[in-house]
Amino acid sequence: MSGTLIRTASPVAARAVPRSAWRPRLGVLTRYASPFFLVLLWQAACSTGFLSTRLVASPAQIVATGWSLTRDGSLQTNLAVSLARAGSGLAIAFVAGVGLALISGLSRLGEDIVDAPLQILRTLPALALVPLFILWFGIGETPKIALVALGSSFPIYLNLHKGIRSIDPKLLEMARTLGLSRARTIRDVILPGALPDLLVGLRFAVGISWLMLVVAEQVNADSGIGHMMMDAEDFLRTDIILVGLVIYGLLGLASDQIVRFLETTLLSWRPSHRIARSA
Amino acid sequence: MNAVAPVAQGAVAASRDAAVVVHGLTRRFGDGPAVLDRLDLAIAPGEFVALLGHSGSGKSTLLRTLAGLDPVTEGSVARPREVSVVFQESRLLPWKRVWQNTVLGQDGADRRDRAVAVLEEVGLGHRIDAWPLTLSGGEAQRAALARALVREPAFLMLDEPFAALDALTRLKMQQLVSDLWTRHRCSVLLVTHDVDEALLLADRAVVLERGRIRTDVPIPMDRPRRHADPRFEHLRSVLLESLGVHDG
Repeated sequence: MSGTLIRTASPVAARAVPRSAWRPRLGVLTRYASPFFLVLLWQAACSTGFLSTRLVASPAQIVATGWSLTRDGSLQTNLAVSLARAGSGLAIAFVAGVGLALISGLSRLGEDIVDAPLQILRTLPALALVPLFILWFGIGETPKIALVALGSSFPIYLNLHKGIRSIDPKLLEMARTLGLSRARTIRDVILPGALPDLLVGLRFAVGISWLMLVVAEQVNADSGIGHMMMDAEDFLRTDIILVGLVIYGLLGLASDQIVRFLETTLLSWRPSHRIARSA
Repeated sequence: MNAVAPVAQGAVAASRDAAVVVHGLTRRFGDGPAVLDRLDLAIAPGEFVALLGHSGSGKSTLLRTLAGLDPVTEGSVARPREVSVVFQESRLLPWKRVWQNTVLGQDGADRRDRAVAVLEEVGLGHRIDAWPLTLSGGEAQRAALARALVREPAFLMLDEPFAALDALTRLKMQQLVSDLWTRHRCSVLLVTHDVDEALLLADRAVVLERGRIRTDVPIPMDRPRRHADPRFEHLRSVLLESLGVHDG
């Protein structure tokens, strides 16, 4: 995008315009040609027996397995369980992260109380808490949701806290000269100003929630995509494992798209978003 | 919150009818020299005062104190309750549309109507629903002026409002401020580096040096003012002289 801007500003703009018009269409083709070729190569290697299906299933096999898992309903059931865990963990993380960031971002005392312990905790790898969580919460849903919630609260807290603290002091001064009350300043100046950072944090949090879920579901779970994959391991079903991987990949992609959509709708005042949409 | 008192209480007897009275105002940061040094200044209702001075002469500190952004530690400041400030940067909230910025913090069902009216007055009627980041520098300052005027201030402070604009836009904005002041007749304190701007707009020019008033001259010319006016030339050299610049 920036390349296009520079080109139109230069004297060769007249030549650049028709080029950029057909370039995206060709770009789509060249962009997906290489992955498509790799999948073909993979299929060929499996079909000729060059790659053992014990190590990795062929793409055709993955599609077939995915279809049969969907037909007998086990994929949907496991997916629903995983989605519910990630969703409830994220919801808890959002409430906790936003709440703590508001406390420490809006008052000095709150920062002293909240920020230091959180900064210490955040250096712990959350996954190292798995054994402790199992001891505390057993092997039901609680430790899994708690792990997702713990891991994804930090990016939300850290980014929103940073966003609140880095509000342009000139805008706060302006709010004072206009006689805005503290509550109004928070509502009209601080929170909207910190929203871009909150969304960045949310994006990280969504990514981390899937990571946490993968680990949580592979330890002591009896349902979910991760459990489905661990189960398949016992029977050397690489096709099912790969179906699980594909699902995780698609989930990551979809949740990223949702956050992107939130960014374009909530931050429509930012000129970069307008350029991106009109281009 | 700080010691800016309403006029009726804080005004000294001699200048009871003034809109703004600064008396013995001293301000220092740490142990350094005084930024404002026992400063006295009175601005009459409806008077347009230009405040000139080098960087560090204390003019910004004075304006911030009058705006209520800096506390009054020594001396007294009395000013009307309804004041507005226009800064060098427009300081519009990028996430609120122009009209919402204009009536920020204002209540009432007619908010939008009032915003539209004042935006039309400053010549921004066509950008009412625009996002601030899409405005040009001149348009953003017009919006900032609208935001200041919608509060119907008795005292308007302008802190180098045109310094970041190009020369042509600046001329238009000066004309606009002159027109608006003629209509609204509020007291104005214009902080500026530009002697010509002061002479075009103000009733009185005050030159600040090391926290004290060095020169305080009336500008008794009829409006609209012309650079070719011999009094303009004379006052220009007086002001430049007291700013330490010797022309020609």
